[in-house]
Amino acid sequence: MTKTDYASVMARKGDIMLSSLGIDYAPFMAHPAMFDYEALMGLVPYDIDQVRQVQSRAGVGSTALIELRQITRLARKLAPKGKGARIFVKDEAANPSGSYKARRAALSLHHAEHAGFKGVVTATSGNYGAAVASQAARRNLACVVVQEVYDSHGIGQPEILEKGRACEIYGAEVAQLSVGPELFYSFLRVLEDTGYFNASLYTPFAIAGVEPLGFEIVEQMRDATGTTPDVVICTHAGGGNLTGTARGLRKAGADHTQIIGASVDLTGLHMASDTDFNRKHFTTGHTGFGIPFAGWPDRTDVPRNAARVLRYMDRYLLLKQGEVFYMTEALARLEGLERGPAGNISLAAAFALSQEMDADQTIVVQETEYAGAGKQPSAQLDFARRRGIDILRGDSESEIPGQNVIIPDDPRRIRVRDVDMTKLRRSLVKKVVAMSEPGTCGDDLVSFLAEETQMPRADVAALI
Amino acid sequence: MTSLAGNWVQIHNIVLRPDQRPETLPAETRAVPLELRVKGWQITGRAEIGQEVRIRTVLGREQTGTLIAVNPEYGHDFGRAIPELLAAGDELVAMMRDTPKEG
Repeated sequence: MTKTDYASVMARKGDIMLSSLGIDYAPFMAHPAMFDYEALMGLVPYDIDQVRQVQSRAGVGSTALIELRQITRLARKLAPKGKGARIFVKDEAANPSGSYKARRAALSLHHAEHAGFKGVVTATSGNYGAAVASQAARRNLACVVVQEVYDSHGIGQPEILEKGRACEIYGAEVAQLSVGPELFYSFLRVLEDTGYFNASLYTPFAIAGVEPLGFEIVEQMRDATGTTPDVVICTHAGGGNLTGTARGLRKAGADHTQIIGASVDLTGLHMASDTDFNRKHFTTGHTGFGIPFAGWPDRTDVPRNAARVLRYMDRYLLLKQGEVFYMTEALARLEGLERGPAGNISLAAAFALSQEMDADQTIVVQETEYAGAGKQPSAQLDFARRRGIDILRGDSESEIPGQNVIIPDDPRRIRVRDVDMTKLRRSLVKKVVAMSEPGTCGDDLVSFLAEETQMPRADVAALI
Repeated sequence: MTSLAGNWVQIHNIVLRPDQRPETLPAETRAVPLELRVKGWQITGRAEIGQEVRIRTVLGREQTGTLIAVNPEYGHDFGRAIPELLAAGDELVAMMRDTPKEG
């Protein structure tokens, strides 16, 4: 009988992952870190038009692009004369399961169906669970969602409880776990028990599914403004959102659009801590995922992660929790749009950045997400307040994650804070070199790392 | 509370005891077990809260665990209004009222 204890299952993880993906990763595993990224993405046997057709048949995509005229006016009021770029938002909440994640699920499950799987499993506490469950329902596929929901007192994070409810509505079996990275062990056991497809967020299919989002932005901006956007801002966590969007922008010919990632700053909170778990008010789009995944993508449930942000990200900005709640309020009060909080991380970044850019320039915030019980600022902040977190008005800079949330006392408080990209890039290069056999750091590796980090070859060579 | 076969119930299991959890975890996490909650249709004929029951999940998979709830409430809600945010919204609206609209 197969052993199901922790060590035995973890020892089989390579085999479980391979048999549950319907993808042959062997050609990409010859070197400990280096591989042909475009060949990996090339495993998706569809061009972008075919991906759009698959998604269209699944009711996904072709969402509205909305100009945020009032928020732009506010930015111009606060900015120096001649500054204040126009801000647009892609209303991804209009997708079937209420977020852009439907795009990733649609293509992944199309692949799973064609590969002959009878069901799908996904490990996620985010909107992706509902997206997979919704797309599984449309295809008569069974669906299991494995979530991290509760602390050791049995208190569930309101936003994750809501996401679990949404999964159940679509007919998924939801395994609700307490805090801990061993969620991965439970996930592997479900994959082994069921023989279902691993609907990972990090396969080439899950990334190619986002490309139409970038492609649509370019088409819609050309219609609205006659040209490509100057800046596209993506809320960044695991990296698939930014990677897929950037690839779509390039495929549509937006070669000069600056691609910016934005995360909410949860510095100081430990992602595997039972006590910190319910002291954060964002469950995704935060630095707990964003920083480690940017600096080292291969930390997921697939052998090679197709989401690799350093290949595409030009700037990485951090926002405070209170700033994002403030912009969520602004979106409702000034634009008449009630949307979930996580997508508004990039909106907060856009608002600050707009004031530094010329008034004839444009910024696209590339997603919204649905709002609902558990997700709203009222739900998250009321939960926080009852758990002893101070909710105050004041200077955003004085916010301490886990202790307080500072709602800015003035919109001028919202500002951009750059993550040191050079440091992230260099640390990736050093890690890859450390993993490589001595004497194998030749031209191939320099080329790989130059593409992996967007660093000049000479700079990579100097580091090696 | 007695629960009968055919009820929609929630069960609880310990997946890993503290001593089975990786040493790399923060101490507060490693001090407690990894727990699992799953919902399904009760198969066991009759059981009290706290007793072991067998269930069939929505996918038809059978699982065993401690009965902790019969048709549990979702429980999450919209919370209460946040006065600090309401005030911020009012300020923004007032600010825009004084700002001329562009063409």
